[in-house]
Amino acid sequence: MKRKLTTLKEAHEFVDKFEGSLGKGKGKKFYAYKVMMQKKWMKFQRDFENFRTACIPWEMKIKEIESHFGSSVASYFIFLRWMYGINMVLFGLTFGLVMVPEALMGKPYGSMPRKTVPKSEEATAMDFSILWDFGVSNCLSLYVVAICYFVHFMHFVLLDHCESMSTHILSWVTADPGQPGMCIFFVFKGFSQYSVLFYGYYNNQRAIGWLKFRMPLSYFMTGVGTIAYSFMVVIRTMANNANEEGGGDDTSFTFSWKMFTSWDYLIGNPETADNKFASITTSFKESIVEEQENRKEENIHLTRFLRVLANFLVLCCLGGSGYLIYFVVRRSQKFAQEGLDDYGWWERNEVNMVMSLLGMFCPMLFDVISALENYHPRIALQWQLGRIFALFLGNLYTFIIALLDEINLKLEEEAIVRINMTIWEASLYNGTVAENATAPPLEVDPAVVPRGPCWETMVGQEFVRLTVSDTVTTYITLLVGDFLRAVFVRFLNYCWCWDLEYGFPSYAEFDISGNVLGLIFNQGMIWMGAFYAPCLPAINVIRLHVSMYLQCWAVMCCNVPHARVFKASGSNNFYIAMLLVILFLSTLPAVYTIVSIPPSFDCGPFSGKHRMFDVIQETLDNDFPAWFGKVFGYASNPGLILSFILLMV
Amino acid sequence: MPTRTVPSSHVKKSFGELHSRYHELAPNLVPMDYTNDPDCKVPMQLIINMPELTENPFKERIVESFSEAGDGNLSFNDFVDMFSVLSEMAPRELKAIYAFKIYDFNTDNFICKSDLEQTLNKLTREELTPEEVNLVCEKVIEEADLDGDGKLAFADFENMISRAPDFLSTFHIRI
Repeated sequence: MKRKLTTLKEAHEFVDKFEGSLGKGKGKKFYAYKVMMQKKWMKFQRDFENFRTACIPWEMKIKEIESHFGSSVASYFIFLRWMYGINMVLFGLTFGLVMVPEALMGKPYGSMPRKTVPKSEEATAMDFSILWDFGVSNCLSLYVVAICYFVHFMHFVLLDHCESMSTHILSWVTADPGQPGMCIFFVFKGFSQYSVLFYGYYNNQRAIGWLKFRMPLSYFMTGVGTIAYSFMVVIRTMANNANEEGGGDDTSFTFSWKMFTSWDYLIGNPETADNKFASITTSFKESIVEEQENRKEENIHLTRFLRVLANFLVLCCLGGSGYLIYFVVRRSQKFAQEGLDDYGWWERNEVNMVMSLLGMFCPMLFDVISALENYHPRIALQWQLGRIFALFLGNLYTFIIALLDEINLKLEEEAIVRINMTIWEASLYNGTVAENATAPPLEVDPAVVPRGPCWETMVGQEFVRLTVSDTVTTYITLLVGDFLRAVFVRFLNYCWCWDLEYGFPSYAEFDISGNVLGLIFNQGMIWMGAFYAPCLPAINVIRLHVSMYLQCWAVMCCNVPHARVFKASGSNNFYIAMLLVILFLSTLPAVYTIVSIPPSFDCGPFSGKHRMFDVIQETLDNDFPAWFGKVFGYASNPGLILSFILLMV
Repeated sequence: MPTRTVPSSHVKKSFGELHSRYHELAPNLVPMDYTNDPDCKVPMQLIINMPELTENPFKERIVESFSEAGDGNLSFNDFVDMFSVLSEMAPRELKAIYAFKIYDFNTDNFICKSDLEQTLNKLTREELTPEEVNLVCEKVIEEADLDGDGKLAFADFENMISRAPDFLSTFHIRI
């Protein structure tokens, strides 16, 4: 009986629940309403998903490129878009937390010595524009560039990287700016140097404005924050990508599914149909390449031996070039010390020329050596990228050495200026005050005060110069190399002896490795210099934005798809891994300068302190209650920190 | 309005809207009044020019598969069946049956290598070389053929298509 009752109860509940769907009883209207709301909700979700996909910037462009050129070329553009996102955040941080507060709440231009153009520079202060001084060395570099343009296009791009990094070596080696036509000069002089764009403008006052905004602290923390954010994002993306690729490569019906389910029956627009046909064709070609690679018969031992040999050769190359660079830099340091007048043109520009030549010949050598290895094209690309990357580390090394030397020079200058300053102040008083009494503050025009050389601003300027010159060379390379070449091949084909389109030079293929490396190294420069020039992320955002449009146009207009189209799976993580290495390498110099070099005495938010990170100690002492300081003191006990690090690892 | 009921029509639009679309294709041919159950068929040429079908590389095969006589001329029932099977709500098994018919170019109830070649050429607009086409077709037969006869029977096809993640979303026309 009990069971009957429970069954009856359950039946009652069931009927109550589904009454509406049965079409009778009081639940009918409610059920119909519920079903309608569910349908509307599903439709809304679908529309929202569509909207969200449409909102992703440049999605349509990238899909179009993917359908014509394959996923490997598209992966470069996806990478570019991702970098743009990171740079936007960095820009937001520096702009909002550093530049805007100082501009709005700090002392205005002209009120302090560090914020004013000194009298001696006033004549040239309006020289806002970029001064380009083409000299003999630059002409020769262009000639070398033209040579390698006919040999191999890819190294054309690489050469410009070498060149832009070596311009500072040049301007350092030939320190006399008046020397006619011997250096490439990007001059960011005048008002822009004495503005929020560069480090030197910032006042070291502890709290500014009515909000009591802690400017120096904010500056320091923003610097640390940008690096920390970059690390987080890069590592998190790597983890995500690694997860995604774990499964899903094991499909056993690849070709069947491609054949029977790739055409989207909903397509009604002719342009979309064209894109779809192109993408299906490309997709088939990619799978065909994979299949052919799998089918290749291999003699394992021979292949292994050849690969070991190839790697050995490459290592020799890299070692040789590293030593050569080191040797040449040492020699130029020696020349600089002895004065440059005794030496001819080659000695003056040795470093520049050596790096250009290395940048031109080594990648070609790597290309030839990689023919020994017989890898899948995707893997071959990764090896090529890795090797050129190692070559560029040499460039980086020279750049940093040059910079450090220049900083040391400026520090010595600063010591001299300090001495002069005390003499000058004494002369102002003109003996009106006794020796040991404290003098009343003087009313002096800020423009007249003698100024120390601000090494931080100099560093910031170097980075800005490098970024701008890199950008300009890349764009010019793109226009000349891709566009003019395409125009040449297209229009001169009618009146040329051999078929330009199939023979030499034909249309260019999109150079993935060169562009990816350029992007990664550019980002490394930004990370290095962002602490000293808050304007760098802003410049980079503009640069990436323009790059996206320019390169999308150039690819669709002047490039042809690769002969062997390969899938890009796995390369994305590879690019990000390289980015991580560069991030790590670029934070090292910045951290080194923060920790070991004393800040300038008269410019920047840390002036007057012994070391830049003293600002943290100061904040802890003054702003936080006493117990916090104690706790922090205990916490920063090395033992605790060490065990914490071990735990994390 | 036609009074007979068409079994399991999955199309969201009302019958009247479907009929007006059918009527638009050939206004002189299609009567508005179906009470006498007329026997009229719209020729294939008019149907494959419909905006929903015109970009599809398989449009002729689709229309042929749904026409009773196999010549591509559709009566109104065939028309409704076609859009019903291709709609969102049709069950997977039904779609698989008709997909098999569509891709079977020589209507021998097997998808053989020549059918695959034709499918591939339509899909890529003949941009692949003959060696590549050959490779792909061989791979498809290798992957999907279970009974080893060198061509795909319906069982092989269904086995393969039931695991495909994209099948339902791509084999779909909205009218």
